[in-house]
Amino acid sequence: MPVILKLILAQGMLGLNNGVFYAMLSLGLAIIFGLLKVVNFAHGALYMTGAFVALILYSYLGAWLGLDWLHIGFWPALVISPVVIGCFGMLMERFLLRPLYRFDPIYSLLLTFGVALVLQGVFVNFFNVSGTPYPGQPAALRGIVNLGFMVFPKYRLFAIVFSILVCLAVWFVIERTRVGAMLRAGTENPDLVKAFGINVPLLVTLTFGFGAGLAGLAGVLAAPIYSVSPLMGADIIIVVFAVVVIGGMGSIMGAVVSGFALGLVEGVTKVFYAPAASTVIFFLMVVVLLIKPAGLFGRQG
Amino acid sequence: MQDAIPTAGVDDIGVPKPGRSRAAQAVLWVLLIGAVLLAPLWLYPVFVMQLMCFALFACAFNLLLGFTGLLSFGHAAFFGGAAYIAGYAIQTLGLPPLVGILLGALFSAVLGYLIGSLAIRRQGIYFAMITLALAQIIYFLALQLPFTGGENGLQGIPRGSLFGLVDLNGSLAMYYFVAAIFMAGFLIIYRTIHSPFGQVLQAIRENEPRALSLGYNVDRFKLMAFILSAAISGMAGATKACVFQFASLTDVHWQTSGEVILMTLLGGMGTIFGPVVGAVAVVALQFQLSGIGSWVQVVIGLIFIACVLVFKRGVIGELARVLGVTSV
Repeated sequence: MPVILKLILAQGMLGLNNGVFYAMLSLGLAIIFGLLKVVNFAHGALYMTGAFVALILYSYLGAWLGLDWLHIGFWPALVISPVVIGCFGMLMERFLLRPLYRFDPIYSLLLTFGVALVLQGVFVNFFNVSGTPYPGQPAALRGIVNLGFMVFPKYRLFAIVFSILVCLAVWFVIERTRVGAMLRAGTENPDLVKAFGINVPLLVTLTFGFGAGLAGLAGVLAAPIYSVSPLMGADIIIVVFAVVVIGGMGSIMGAVVSGFALGLVEGVTKVFYAPAASTVIFFLMVVVLLIKPAGLFGRQG
Repeated sequence: MQDAIPTAGVDDIGVPKPGRSRAAQAVLWVLLIGAVLLAPLWLYPVFVMQLMCFALFACAFNLLLGFTGLLSFGHAAFFGGAAYIAGYAIQTLGLPPLVGILLGALFSAVLGYLIGSLAIRRQGIYFAMITLALAQIIYFLALQLPFTGGENGLQGIPRGSLFGLVDLNGSLAMYYFVAAIFMAGFLIIYRTIHSPFGQVLQAIRENEPRALSLGYNVDRFKLMAFILSAAISGMAGATKACVFQFASLTDVHWQTSGEVILMTLLGGMGTIFGPVVGAVAVVALQFQLSGIGSWVQVVIGLIFIACVLVFKRGVIGELARVLGVTSV
């Protein structure tokens, strides 16, 4: 195999790895936006908090409780953290966002921006800005696998496969189940759904909690790959916003596909011109805005 | 139909009282001009210059958010971008400070044209996200380009002299130079708001489809407002670079975009004097709280949440409602 092709495949795999997080975060944003018409600026901060919950469970909780032997590992964190973040999201929706629905949606955006600042500020105070490595990576996922064109860390491969499964599961729930049907109906016409006797405010709270939980899950998944830093949410959310503008927030599949695809593009860009890798997604957004302003999968609204 | 953004003068006011409004406006003008002229008697001049730069930035931002109804989340690109351009022009090209500041404003106007014409292709919340993402390109350029000094930014920008006559290294000379720029920018914004052009902008804010159906080229007006706002933001940023003698990554960071939103919101969006009050409040708060380190960010976030939830009109907007006056 030619060297350049090998290089492209290798960087593509690493890019796909970032795409995991773009996809999961834009999926959550799209679900929340669909029903609430709210763009959750705090989504990055929730992702960051999710990673910190995993770190705290492993490294700090035991010491805080005086039980030095206690290290709650990766697998339990994969369940606990999304639940914690989901509950936080539901509280946030119920008490902070709900009073704002009758106002212009920019107020909701500004509110979630405020929440993001608070979360980031709190973690900056208690943890190092430069990041703390997560030591709880499960033993079964340590080591590397040979993919033929490159050796790839086992954990990263797991993250890619796991997130694809999560995205497919979410798609299945929304498109093929009764709860998903309620959610889609609520997106189309909340008043009519209410008239059918469905508790729409509860549905909204649960949806926000679910979207937030996805961000928390992505955070746990990210913890062993990147070091856990209070700034990791702010760094990613702006890219995810661009991903969402490119994909259009109209469709669940659109969000997922554009997330993975743009991660791939970003990775491959590193092969050709490394300094452009951090901005290539923004430039692609410009191109999409010029030729298809509603986004690749979006509907003009 | 959602409730519109509550701004002074459009809601909750029964019978307008033009006489009282004129009186209130006169009082605020006297207070503003008095404060600008006399502040260095009591306060450290560099601090007041910083206040004026951010106040002008917030007023320029308010022209867009408060008077056109467009939420830009990328205004740091104009503020900080112009700071870098002015710094480069003065330091490396050896141009006089006034020329540097004007070049900075010109740069931001051009950048405003580019970013604005892309962002107005989408509305509302998308507009905010697009401006944020585009401003991030400017941030990375400021980080990576060869002449921006990377992480350090531009340092040691000389203050120079005005028309070769007045040495700006003296702090009072610099102070009144900055005060003149602030008042000029403030007057441009004031005149714009009260011009027929400004009236159309407010019509777009109130009801865009209606303005469109009345035959106004809405996109063109939005773009013009965006460019003007960007240019004056640039003027503010370039002036700040001259005052502090450096341009840094903080100036182009998204948090600066967030801060200018908070200043406008806290002072009262859609009011004339509100952003000045908001800017003074936020800058003074950061100064007072600098001892508690990164808790400042938490406080700023909490003020954001409080403003959005219970204080949507801001200081001046709330004051106007209580007094029953408009256009302050």
